[in-house]
Amino acid sequence: MPIEKPSVDVVIVGFGWTGAITAMELVDTDLDILALERGPMQDTSQTANYPNVIDELEYSVRGKLFQDLSKETVTIRHSLAATAVPYRQHGAFLLGNGVGGAGFHWNGMSWRAFEADFRLRTHYTERYGAAFIPGDMTIQDYPVSYAELEPYFAKWEDVAAVSGQAGNVKNHIRPIGNRWEAPRSGEYPLPALKDTYGAQVFAKASAELGWQPFAVPAANASAPYTNQYGVRLGPCNFCGFCEGYGCYMYSKASPQTSILPALRQKKNFTLKAGTQVTRVVMDSTGGMATGVNYIDPQGQEVFQPAKLVILCAFQMHNVRLLLLSGIGHPYDPVTGEGVVGKNYAYHMNSSVNVRLPKNTQLNPYIGTGAAGTAIDDFNGDNFDHGPLGFIGGASVYHLRPGGRPIQQSKTFKNEPKWGKGWKASVQEGYQRILPIYAQGSVMAYRNVYLSLDPNYRDTHGQPLLRMTFDWHENEFAMIKHAIGGAQKIARVMGGDVEVNLRESGSHFDTRAYQSTHTTGGAIMGDNPRNSVVNRYLQSWDVPNVFVMGACVFPQNIGYNPTGLVAALTYWSVEHIKKLYLKNPAPLVQT
Amino acid sequence: MSEHASRRRFLQATLTLIPAVTLAPQDVFSATTEGEKTAISIPPPRSDSYTPRYFTDDEWRFIHAAAAQLIPADELGPSAVECGIPEYIDRQMQTPYAHGALWFMQGPFVTGLGPELGYQQKYTPREIYRLGIEACNAWCKAQLGQPFDKLDQGSQIKLLQQLEADTMALGEMNGSLFFAQLLGNTKEGYFADPIYGGNKDMAGWKMIGFPGARADYMDWIDHPNERYPLGPVSIDGRRS
Repeated sequence: MPIEKPSVDVVIVGFGWTGAITAMELVDTDLDILALERGPMQDTSQTANYPNVIDELEYSVRGKLFQDLSKETVTIRHSLAATAVPYRQHGAFLLGNGVGGAGFHWNGMSWRAFEADFRLRTHYTERYGAAFIPGDMTIQDYPVSYAELEPYFAKWEDVAAVSGQAGNVKNHIRPIGNRWEAPRSGEYPLPALKDTYGAQVFAKASAELGWQPFAVPAANASAPYTNQYGVRLGPCNFCGFCEGYGCYMYSKASPQTSILPALRQKKNFTLKAGTQVTRVVMDSTGGMATGVNYIDPQGQEVFQPAKLVILCAFQMHNVRLLLLSGIGHPYDPVTGEGVVGKNYAYHMNSSVNVRLPKNTQLNPYIGTGAAGTAIDDFNGDNFDHGPLGFIGGASVYHLRPGGRPIQQSKTFKNEPKWGKGWKASVQEGYQRILPIYAQGSVMAYRNVYLSLDPNYRDTHGQPLLRMTFDWHENEFAMIKHAIGGAQKIARVMGGDVEVNLRESGSHFDTRAYQSTHTTGGAIMGDNPRNSVVNRYLQSWDVPNVFVMGACVFPQNIGYNPTGLVAALTYWSVEHIKKLYLKNPAPLVQT
Repeated sequence: MSEHASRRRFLQATLTLIPAVTLAPQDVFSATTEGEKTAISIPPPRSDSYTPRYFTDDEWRFIHAAAAQLIPADELGPSAVECGIPEYIDRQMQTPYAHGALWFMQGPFVTGLGPELGYQQKYTPREIYRLGIEACNAWCKAQLGQPFDKLDQGSQIKLLQQLEADTMALGEMNGSLFFAQLLGNTKEGYFADPIYGGNKDMAGWKMIGFPGARADYMDWIDHPNERYPLGPVSIDGRRS
């Protein structure tokens, strides 16, 4: 029998961005709030202090801040008939761990989404006709509009001290900034970061081609800033150690940098690190949650009763918890019935490298996670998809997150990998190779989903999550089009050009890092037959369970997901406060 | 006063004042006449003065010979051996990483499903080295009459190429897996902070122009396309 703890009003499972936002926004209600985080306590002063954090081997190579895969991982297969095998080493995606989650070690690219992203199926049907959408593509509209979320994007950008240049304020398009962005109610909290030399080269070349380059919105503060919680962030000094690291300058937004200093003062908030939630516990009817079970740091099983359970773990872990807890009907890709695990999606990336002329000094180590310049002419529905025949798009950008020598010193792929030839090319390439990336949306498909693995278990004996995923032709076509744009920019820059395009027929490769932008599996929708949660991120099946994070995206967007994740969380918590706490019942009638 | 004399005098002046245990193993600081803190670089111990804790004598000779070919000395910078890579790898063998403790290592281990699904072998890095070196040396002795480290340079390079391309039958151990392990750790050590035993004198960083743990470019962001003026520093304050 588990040890039973005194009941709390709210239990938050996982303490990354969504957990921190949820706790902070609920803390003024005087409810007892308990956050359970399975990983260790982490803070800037202990975990990301200078100079110890400037250690590429310890942090990004050995993965000091990443999930300990020896205890739990996921299994992966490419098709329904195949046997899935474990993701044994970190590769394509870097799962977070500990207080702050992946929000502690992220880069800080902080985007909104396009208006059309929220009504994707309707939008494409209206503009291109229903037959344009492939039959096996299970995309659907978000049950919330951009206009409804706008105030929550703005709130997030203040909390995260986002630096950027607005291109569209209240539908006034600016000559600078991103003219394609959805209308903003106001400016960014901080001006855009200064451009690295590479960003200047990219901007000049793309402007020559008639595109409008703009600074990537960065949750790396360009100046000191005090957010609405009274927490002060310092100015980014371009140290080049964001992704994989905590920010010793207190410049990169993170739960630690932006929220915890205010939250930890509150008497009605408790954070317990080292506590691994194993399931949501249901009452005898299966219609209400009574709390959660977790394993405490001593290895004992604990039952924590709670009136309200909010799942704030990472996308995959939320889906797994729902499946382990029996909340909602698991998705069946053969019949198309069920919803939990449905519409898993990801990003598809490719790149073009340009070797600039001899004696160029890119000084690649001068960078920050979101130090980039982008164009959106290949993203969203900002171009006519009709003759191209695919859905979605990609952000095309140059990013200089740093020049860390083990993982970020570049050579061209046809050059020697070792010996004198390697030395010569790595020395040349370090200062001269400028990468251009395309990061594109991935749609949802009937044969792509998440489920529990029948063969592999974690150290607590619970089934691992199984990912059934591979690329589809729509995404190959999308990324080829975007990389075409990147190649044009590269040719204008001058120099040798190398194209790394994900070609049709290739399989999802788990080995090389791509992105940690995994989405879906507990998607939001307008009815319980097509989704796991309603427009307020409340479970259709268990009304005292809410689910936050990218797991609620019906399909992915052509941007990094954190801005949308945060806006949806603020939106949800606002409605928990305004509606649910006054009348704890389903917020959307079926 | 020569640098050497200055250093000796500094050491004589300070060693009596500082408990030996507080000294960094290779470097101490002194105040220059300008008052700036400067590291006095005492030549690091050569790799051959380090006693390996994991590798056997045969393995240690193999690692030296292979590392010297993977990153040879030339006008751009010293070799992997001169940079302490064998010591770096041996020290890494004591870490959880080398025991496979950072990886999901529960079976069943299903191989042959395609490289895209990633590492599916049961071997830890320690085992990959042990089995890989043994198999490689056995192959060399059988085919060429000598272990790897006794072969001439051209033969060593050819053999490494065969390992990389997986064209040698090594029995249980996959040649390209062993090669990837060796090359990966060699480059890591060449570019990792010198606190881990490699990248001696920050030679790897100097070769490409990485300023190490400086990690503050608030001023140089305003100097696009200009050479950065300062040399590297390490986490423990060494300069070069």
